[in-house]
Amino acid sequence: MTEYVSTTPGLYPLPDWAKDDLSDLKGHQKHDLISGDEGEEITAAYDEAREEVIGVQEEAGLDRIVEGQLRWDDMLAHPLAVHDAVETRGIVRYYDNNNFYREPVVQDDLGFSGDVANELEATAELTDGDLQAVLPGPYSLSDLATDEYHGDEAEFLGAIADFLEGEVDAFPEIETLFLLEPSLVESAPEDGQDERASEAIDQVASATDADVVVQPYWGALEEKVYAHLLDADIDAVGFDFVANQDDNLYNIQEYGATDDVALGLADGQNTLVEDPEAIRDRTEWVEGQLGVTEFETVYLTTNTETFYLPYSKYQEKLAVLAEAADLAEVTAA
Amino acid sequence: MSANENKDQFRPENHANDNFLLTTVVGSYPKPKWLNRAKELYQDENHGFDEDDYQEAKDDAARLITNEHERAGLDVVVDGEMRRNEMVEFFAHRIEGYEFNGPVKVWGHNYFDKPSVVSEVEYDESWLVDEYKFTASATDRPVKVPITGPYTLASWAFNEAYEDDAELAYALADLVNEEIEKLVDAGARYIQIDEPALATTPDDHAIVGEALEHIVADIDDDVRIGLHVCYGDYSRIYPEILEFPVDEFDLELANGDYEQLDVFKDPEFTADLALGVTDVHVAEVESVEQIEENIKKGLEVVPPEQLVVSPDCGVKLLPREVAYGKMENMVKAARNVEADLDEGNIDIERGAPTPADD
Repeated sequence: MTEYVSTTPGLYPLPDWAKDDLSDLKGHQKHDLISGDEGEEITAAYDEAREEVIGVQEEAGLDRIVEGQLRWDDMLAHPLAVHDAVETRGIVRYYDNNNFYREPVVQDDLGFSGDVANELEATAELTDGDLQAVLPGPYSLSDLATDEYHGDEAEFLGAIADFLEGEVDAFPEIETLFLLEPSLVESAPEDGQDERASEAIDQVASATDADVVVQPYWGALEEKVYAHLLDADIDAVGFDFVANQDDNLYNIQEYGATDDVALGLADGQNTLVEDPEAIRDRTEWVEGQLGVTEFETVYLTTNTETFYLPYSKYQEKLAVLAEAADLAEVTAA
Repeated sequence: MSANENKDQFRPENHANDNFLLTTVVGSYPKPKWLNRAKELYQDENHGFDEDDYQEAKDDAARLITNEHERAGLDVVVDGEMRRNEMVEFFAHRIEGYEFNGPVKVWGHNYFDKPSVVSEVEYDESWLVDEYKFTASATDRPVKVPITGPYTLASWAFNEAYEDDAELAYALADLVNEEIEKLVDAGARYIQIDEPALATTPDDHAIVGEALEHIVADIDDDVRIGLHVCYGDYSRIYPEILEFPVDEFDLELANGDYEQLDVFKDPEFTADLALGVTDVHVAEVESVEQIEENIKKGLEVVPPEQLVVSPDCGVKLLPREVAYGKMENMVKAARNVEADLDEGNIDIERGAPTPADD
């Protein structure tokens, strides 16, 4: 019988009080963004905000608890932006959004950082719920960065995979790992690159015993990219059914799927709050389209990160996901 | 020298030169510190500073900045958008159908109150007629009215109510059209549509063009309509934008050191060009000589009668004295270039890009 798990891809909006407090503490300019060695006051503000978003998830009744990635000023580029071997330069556009991050330029060996592991440790202390780690997938992280050290695109991707593998290795016990891979859609890998992207994902996934979900978004993967991704030893692929229904369905019908699946059915970038029943219905509809296939686990999630939303709407979206998963369980039983 | 009636209606009676390079600004200007303080007092529930007080403060600021523009010598002035907070928020508060749910991130700790369109957008009370009437009464010079364009009003909001952003943009364009009719009735002759969102999604230029058709419907041809676009890859919207029903394109080009200038040389630029000649991201006042050189860049694209001189974008983030200095030098430079043109001292080849620009 299918298990329905409500979760999110993390990267939450800061609570409004934290937006104010941290603006005052850090400032508004490029050089004011997170450094990885922030002082006591800033750390305290983030600690409090982290506790709050963990509370929001618990109250909503989500089946997985994420740290919230509130410190990730540079969004998915964060793990590199705070790395010692990386120089951050100008502000660049974050995919096709009205959002910007510092261009991380890799200038040396990407040794162990532990930044994300520390966040997870802090989270584990605050909740008894099932913990979910969130990381940029290796392909997206390499796509968001500039390399001035390795000199070769394949070698750079390999170095990013090595780096992420080391970070995952240091994680506390987690139930699930979400690897976010929007670049697999937004700047789709070419021939050869697609296979290497899959191998890099496989390498990072192999560093943990937790279930690994790879979530591309802002559309559907090209067929070949999807086919290669299925070669990686991962538990679930995520599908952005908000941005593109037909091509995602086509991919699953044509190439099959992993035993588990993540369905991005709530829009992480629009304030229109979905009905839990509607999400449950769409979940059933997707399952119905696939005929015989029954997934072991279906993750119900927003299609994208939720930092695009006002805080109140983000909270509502989480509650809807939790309720939709409960409804799906009941219907299935 | 051939005439350009639409532009020449703003030519001052006592203009000293035969040539006329209209000088103006994009719109926003740094707010006096006391106006921000007045806003804080107004928002402080424990303070007696009430709505009337705040209104008076905004009136004073609008009068002050309009006069500051006059003093700098601008041919067409604006009130510096003293009554407006943010270019989407201000209008969204005045249009039925929008609601606010809190700030969202742009980058780092920079946020804006991105509104949601939750029902059909409707015209309620006028947005800018009072602002225009006040500014027009505060000066003898022509006043330009900047309005955030429908594409930007649609793109920089959450769309909960319309099929897609294009449908929302067209609905908003009808409201902008209604507002412009009211402004024209009130005496406005120069309207500027601001569409910065076009730069981030240049492939949508057809939507902006269609929205502009809605905007200008039944508006008298004599009314000057400008379109301001900034910080984008212009090669992706040119020459398509020449089809837009506007008299003038106001473009940021100084910031990129005119690297994109050649884009506009071929095919021929058939509209008026409001050229950005001072960089609003550099907190230093360019010299008159430097700005003269920048103005001459515009003459590589259009003849003098089609050229308007303006900063790259709104100057609101600059220190006020720097903003003023840029206006003042810009006007001096324009007058110098006009005089040089009159005397036949300027020989610039216009049209197709030259291979080397040195």
